[in-house]
Amino acid sequence: MAEPLMKLSGVHADIGQYHILHGVDLELPKGELTVLLGRNGAGKSTTLRTIMGLTDVPRGRVEFKGEDITEWATPRIARSGIAFVPEDMGIFQLLSVRENLELAAASGPIDKQRLEWVFGLFPALKKFWQTDAGNLSGGQKQMLAIARAIIEPRDLLLVDEPTKGLAPSIINDLRDAFRELKDQEATILLVEQNFNFARALGQTVAVMDDGRVVHAGSMAALAEDEALQQELLGLSLGAHQ
Amino acid sequence: MTTETSVLQDTRPTPGVRQRLAAFRQGYPHFFLLGLLVGVMLILALVPYQLVAGPWLRAGEDVPYLLQYFRMGTTTWFVLTVSGMAMGLLIFIMSSGMTLTFGLMSVLNLGHGGFISFGAFCGATVVVYFSAWAASGNLFLTIAVLMMACFYAMLITGALGVFFERVVIKPVYGDHLKQILVTIGGAIILMELIHVIWGATDVPVPRPQLLRGAVIIDQAIPFIGGAAIEIYRLMAVIVGLILYGLMLLVINKTKVGVLIRAGVESREMVEVQGYRINLLFLAVFVAGSALAGLGGAMWGMYEQIVNAHMGEHLMIMVVVVIILGGLGSITGCFYGAILVGLINLYVGYLEPRLAGIATVGLMVAVLMWRPQGLIPVLRH
Repeated sequence: MAEPLMKLSGVHADIGQYHILHGVDLELPKGELTVLLGRNGAGKSTTLRTIMGLTDVPRGRVEFKGEDITEWATPRIARSGIAFVPEDMGIFQLLSVRENLELAAASGPIDKQRLEWVFGLFPALKKFWQTDAGNLSGGQKQMLAIARAIIEPRDLLLVDEPTKGLAPSIINDLRDAFRELKDQEATILLVEQNFNFARALGQTVAVMDDGRVVHAGSMAALAEDEALQQELLGLSLGAHQ
Repeated sequence: MTTETSVLQDTRPTPGVRQRLAAFRQGYPHFFLLGLLVGVMLILALVPYQLVAGPWLRAGEDVPYLLQYFRMGTTTWFVLTVSGMAMGLLIFIMSSGMTLTFGLMSVLNLGHGGFISFGAFCGATVVVYFSAWAASGNLFLTIAVLMMACFYAMLITGALGVFFERVVIKPVYGDHLKQILVTIGGAIILMELIHVIWGATDVPVPRPQLLRGAVIIDQAIPFIGGAAIEIYRLMAVIVGLILYGLMLLVINKTKVGVLIRAGVESREMVEVQGYRINLLFLAVFVAGSALAGLGGAMWGMYEQIVNAHMGEHLMIMVVVVIILGGLGSITGCFYGAILVGLINLYVGYLEPRLAGIATVGLMVAVLMWRPQGLIPVLRH
């Protein structure tokens, strides 16, 4: 396994009066796509939000590139090279596609070559460049959300359920885009409920339950072990072919 | 049969027209309301008084009060409309800062009136100090006095804004009840500070010589010939429109503007993009306070007298305008302010004591029709 780019050690997190994470231990190998699986309410989205500094962390340690970022404010975490695509995509609906991407390029004007590469991944964004993001379809909004995360080179992408509610053809486009990102050795943490999508992309996998990581290993090993799938997820990946 | 059908089609409004009108009403409620208000007043001005009040005049009885509107004529209508716009634009300058801080920061700053008063006194101080320049009648010196008065008011209220945001507002972000309480407290402190610095009495503000008097429209011009428009009101219209244009330019064409619009939608996602929203909050609050100061300085010269409570009284109109326009919307605030200015002048023409009631009545009517205001702002 490659050296970890990010390491969570015994991380607890609260949302209001609720204690959501109960000591998460997780390592994200550099240059690999890690899939975070688990039932609803297991704490997957909260883990991503915790990495971004969006929840209270009473205990535990979050390390990124060897630095302790647990106490860092969200903007500092983002500027250190972590991009986050939340479950609701979080795009600015009243801003145009162009403005959404310009805002995401926090370090300066958008690099033209990079933009052409993003257009290559998501051609629809070029077509609707001046359109208000609120007028895009669900799939196009998801493309914009991911494009925003990659419009500048980042060390780590956190993506929360990108295929949720999307048509199969759009899911295929997203899978191709993630494959290209993987080929470029981007480090990605992907929360996903779509097991086919997860298995096609994931190199490593972590399974969460009740606010803890209960399994971590290679995706290939989990995909081959139906008994383990039954134990961890209550179903077999093979049943979802 | 064919002929009858075609006659019906020619004389009746087609569903298409009705639908287009309804779409216009929904899509452009601000233009619809403005058109309705100004249009109705124009119709009243165009209908001859003798025609409407004839029966009462012939019978030698008192003409009903409301029919006095038909006496105003197009010249008075024009004067009222331009004056209403001038008043509206001054209110816009004062309100824009508050709607911006509410839209972006979700902060209900009821201390905004304190900044208006403070700005008015700062502006008055400069105008009184340079009264010799103001009275000289020299265009260059007059512009210099006006610019200094406005900049001084903006500078001082902007600096006060930094202190106010850091000390008063920051501890109560996200709690509207506490915001209301502490900002009212802050306004009281600002008013007392005015008493300490300038005293408790009203301070007269001499209007610069060149801004006194009125422009008389040539008698030869039909409908509006002979109308007298105060020079200061014309200046207020020009300054208000320039400021609105500048604000639109900043909001729509600059990265700071994009950030503000994004922040109105979702503060969290702005931070996720790597921007420190707290700095943006501070900058917007300072800009809002400076705009209140500018509005106060201009209002002081408009009324030619300032006192510590003027901001408190103006807050009623300011709050009506930002609710009417749609909380957080600059464009809504602009049109809401013009509507409030116009209705004040139109109603005040007949009965000055009813102007305040008409302002609140306008807000109630608009909110019954559109509870979200004229141009609502989408928020995550």
